[in-house]
Amino acid sequence: MAAPATPNTETEVLSLEEKFAGIASPDTREGYEGYIIAADKAEEVVKYIRDDLGYDYLSSVTGVDYLEDDHMEVVYHAFKTEGGPALNFKIQTDRENPRVPSITHLYPAAEFQEREAYDMYGILFDGHPDLRRILMWDDFEGWPMRKDWKEAYYEAETKPFKNRWPGGDVYRIEANNPFNKNVVYPEGFNLNGYNPLGDKTLYDMLNQYDRGGSNLKTDQIVVNIGPQHPSTHGVFRMVVRLDGENVNALKPVFGYLHRNHEKIGERNTWLMNMPYTDRLDYLTSMCNNHAYALTVEKMMGLEVPERADYIRVLMNELTRIASHLWATGFLLNDLGAFQTPMLYLIKNRELILDFFEATSGTRMMCNYSRFGGVAYDLPDTLRDENTMDWLHEMIHERLPRGLEELERFLSNNEIVRTRAIGLSPVTAQEAIALGMSGPMLRAAGVPYDVRRAEPYGIYDRFDFDIPVGTTGDVYDRYLVRVNEIRESIKILKQCLRDMPAKGDIMSVKPGYTHKVPAGEAYGRGENPKGELGFYCVSKGKGHPYRYHIRAPSFINLTGLEKLCVGTKIADVVVVLGSIDIVLGEVDR
Amino acid sequence: MYGLGIIRGMGITLKHFVDTYVDDLRFLGKRYYDESSLKVRQGPKAAGAFTVQYPEEKLAMPERFRFVPFLLFEENEDGTTQDRCTSCGICSKVCPPQCIWIERTKDPVTKRPVPEPKDFHIDIDICMNCGYCAEFCPFDAIKMDHDYELSSYDRTSAHVFNKERLSKPVSYYASIRPNFFLAEEKVRAEENKKKAKQAEAKAKAKGGGKAKAAAPAPAAAAPAAVAEAPAPAAAPAASAADLDAAAKKKALAEKRKAMIAARKAKKGK
Ligand code: SF4
Ligand code: SF4
Repeated sequence: MAAPATPNTETEVLSLEEKFAGIASPDTREGYEGYIIAADKAEEVVKYIRDDLGYDYLSSVTGVDYLEDDHMEVVYHAFKTEGGPALNFKIQTDRENPRVPSITHLYPAAEFQEREAYDMYGILFDGHPDLRRILMWDDFEGWPMRKDWKEAYYEAETKPFKNRWPGGDVYRIEANNPFNKNVVYPEGFNLNGYNPLGDKTLYDMLNQYDRGGSNLKTDQIVVNIGPQHPSTHGVFRMVVRLDGENVNALKPVFGYLHRNHEKIGERNTWLMNMPYTDRLDYLTSMCNNHAYALTVEKMMGLEVPERADYIRVLMNELTRIASHLWATGFLLNDLGAFQTPMLYLIKNRELILDFFEATSGTRMMCNYSRFGGVAYDLPDTLRDENTMDWLHEMIHERLPRGLEELERFLSNNEIVRTRAIGLSPVTAQEAIALGMSGPMLRAAGVPYDVRRAEPYGIYDRFDFDIPVGTTGDVYDRYLVRVNEIRESIKILKQCLRDMPAKGDIMSVKPGYTHKVPAGEAYGRGENPKGELGFYCVSKGKGHPYRYHIRAPSFINLTGLEKLCVGTKIADVVVVLGSIDIVLGEVDR
Repeated sequence: MYGLGIIRGMGITLKHFVDTYVDDLRFLGKRYYDESSLKVRQGPKAAGAFTVQYPEEKLAMPERFRFVPFLLFEENEDGTTQDRCTSCGICSKVCPPQCIWIERTKDPVTKRPVPEPKDFHIDIDICMNCGYCAEFCPFDAIKMDHDYELSSYDRTSAHVFNKERLSKPVSYYASIRPNFFLAEEKVRAEENKKKAKQAEAKAKAKGGGKAKAAAPAPAAAAPAAVAEAPAPAAAPAASAADLDAAAKKKALAEKRKAMIAARKAKKGK
């Protein structure tokens, strides 16, 4: 476990290039920032970054394949939990035999992300405790995110495809059946005799675990929860090893919904990615749009008009409320209060979605932000009522009333308290080390919120508190969400009060082609589930060269095993519910 | 007292239970199957059961609601129809999942493209309802529909919509999106006026003899004449579209010429 960050204040802390001359050199490529670190000294440098420079929170790890320059790169973004911008560092490796030292022992948050980089790029992380494929299945051949890899439905390097117009010779894309002409079976492969190795590896690994303290002679069994289990919130599988009712090891298995979102994103134009971001965490599409737009605006140096900024905040906070209502409702579902509380809660969510629908045209797949603003202004009316009156009624009356009812209904309910208090606690240090974000991190007592730590948009104008918990147990996570709804209502009230009544919603002329200057950018926003980050690399073309998503649901799962070990099997689903994952984002 | 929290919770459940019956009184028995009460039941002042009895009850779609796009055609007074689409291809270029397929018509004699699609396909299984095609079509020829009941028995044969299946009259569009329609018509009328004037001025300046050399698409000259005549509000749309396409083509040709000249000059050095 990583030690807590203690920035050295007495002696002056040397900057990276002073301390490690020749080992950590500034990245001088046009539009790039941060440092390039020599692979053989990485251990030392990363330790210095964490302990002496105080970057205790590792946010994102990802690979990039620079095909023309014949090398690959692992890109890290670390932050300080007290706030401020990222420290971006990279380790380069060659394409033939890509090897990079693992930093999982320094930052446990890297565990799943390194596995993902291995899965997608074939980069081997020396010293990683469990380097297996994570999103693709175990026997998959090839490295899907490499630039020279072509997917099953491959048509061309980038969109738009030439045969759509003016030829228009239509065929169903499904006719390019992956089991037909696009996929090649290995020599002598027989589908009938095929026996996947992956599960055996997994079970063997679980069986290595120590039997733990009990001296009763009990049988230990391995149980699969999922992939299709109602409380796994999607197609998600947990393989648990049980001693009686106690969980003593757990491995999550996912990727069932994997569609190589990032590869699609690199074939798309910049703008085309906007509606795809809706499909990540499909409960919070407004926030996803915003975070992606922020990243590209950062690269293009675009400003956003005042009114559009207010509208974005309005949408973000309504989304946060809707998402937290949903999460709380389903947590109660998992706790055994089947359906009733959830239905009470999503009533208000329905109303919020009505507003999204009237504004953007769709309830969930909003596709609402554009680079430099938003797609449409607020509508004049909503169900024959003036929109501003409607919003006023919602924000000043209905939502606070709903929140109060929720608190009366659940917060002091003895059954909820007995089940949730003390269940799977996590300390602040552990939460930081495991890269948790959002309500998970705050419930553990770390007041870290991107809206405060590195304010984006106009969040610095609002007065709001950051609710934190103390023990990080399931009840704290519940309380943090409830209190965040309260803070969001507070922001919404200010937003409604200060929003300019009229004004531009786009700072540039709307267009569908965007030339993004060459370079890289990491943009992030505080999503209801945690920090949603986009790492984009542009080569000055009409489409991103690299498009990576730091998905909060995915990284929050890094700690799932830690959270579940020691609990009872019946509580595992509750712990999972309290993390609040959406598989669209986990699997991408 | 232990159990107090549970009792309070039960109280709330009871309140939710009673609310609907109380609400029944508010509507005097007209709570269900009634347009006007449905609106209230789904508004921020709603109380009691929230359910919409679909398909007996259907919520009115907000104007901006978007589902699979459709193509617009003008209904002329003489009973003929005219597609608004000029097959410029922009929608198929912006479409994120690339599900629009457009076949351009070619003039059988000159072999030049005619601004009108021969066929137009959208694979609605792939369409992600993003609305970009409608947002970026320069001719207001493709719009997002409100019709969301598209299920069929066989998705492999029924879900690639062709031009015929996609086309709907402008009047339908005006009925589902009245505000958008009015705003767009206003802009279109102004543009038409401007273009007609420009075309007139150009025609005068160039004179008859040069016309052939000046216009790369000679077909465009005829619609220009139509546009000048005071036509009913809907009719000039198509000709304006032609005009626009012609102007664009001309600009493109000029640009190309300039590029070739520049390249030649470079080579010369
Ligand atoms: S953008 Fe409009 S005019 Fe151009 S091809 Fe598409 S529908 Fe037709
Ligand atoms: S709505 Fe989007 S996905 Fe559907 S046809 Fe139009 S551009 Fe393509």
